[in-house]
Amino acid sequence: MADEVPNLAESKLTALVVDDNYVNQSMHHKLLDRLGIENDVVCNGQEAVDVHCSGRNYDLILMDMDMPVMNGIQATKRLREMGIESKIAGVTTRAKEEEMQEFMEAGLNDFQEKPLTISKLLSILHKLDFYVHT
Amino acid sequence: MGKCMQGYLDEQFMELEELQDDVNPNFVEEVATLYFKDSARLINSIDQALERGSFDFNRLDNYMHQFKGSSTSIGASKVKTECTMFREYCRMGNAEGCLRTFQQVKKEHATLRKKLEHYFQLARQAGPKETARRSK
Repeated sequence: MADEVPNLAESKLTALVVDDNYVNQSMHHKLLDRLGIENDVVCNGQEAVDVHCSGRNYDLILMDMDMPVMNGIQATKRLREMGIESKIAGVTTRAKEEEMQEFMEAGLNDFQEKPLTISKLLSILHKLDFYVHT
Repeated sequence: MGKCMQGYLDEQFMELEELQDDVNPNFVEEVATLYFKDSARLINSIDQALERGSFDFNRLDNYMHQFKGSSTSIGASKVKTECTMFREYCRMGNAEGCLRTFQQVKKEHATLRKKLEHYFQLARQAGPKETARRSK
């Protein structure tokens, strides 16, 4: 698998990891790094909103659902209300169907089940038109 | 992943190993260290909650949700299974089941910790050429 990992550094994509779990933060940050995607990490939905209020913008946001202070559903709604048009991919552990529905309706473009892997991340990027399989 | 780890770690651990490279030759060990630091905190919180005798099943379930999430991310399959059982007992409001299962969670967690410490020790002895999976 290591030999098949594309390098997307030339596309100059940027991403924001929103997750309260340190293990997931580290993994998702590294996954994005491996693909050549510059990325920042924040710990909850409120921090995701704050970083956008400070003027930062990202092509892709990986949004966890269950977080303290402000969860992923609330944060996604808030970001869309602010006019943020970044692609937002929900990243969740297995959730009930109604929770997933609510998360999607908050403004997601895609979702994947945790834990993320290179192939799941590539699937997100492909679905959101950031990457074309060759 | 060595034979000694089979059954304790699943394919997610191999995904982590795939991310290790020359730039971060100790990535897997760093993630494991984060996991054990985080899980120790959660174990402590659950221990304290159970010792108080207050079975706030919602709170216990929340702690275990986080614990299970981390365990899943690192590929700790046996720990994850016990976490799932604990959460089931929380949902049923079964205090005895929670207490019993939590002992299993701690046991599997401690076993995994020892095995990974040994695994990383061997990896360090093998040297960076053996542990770094990617070369530029």
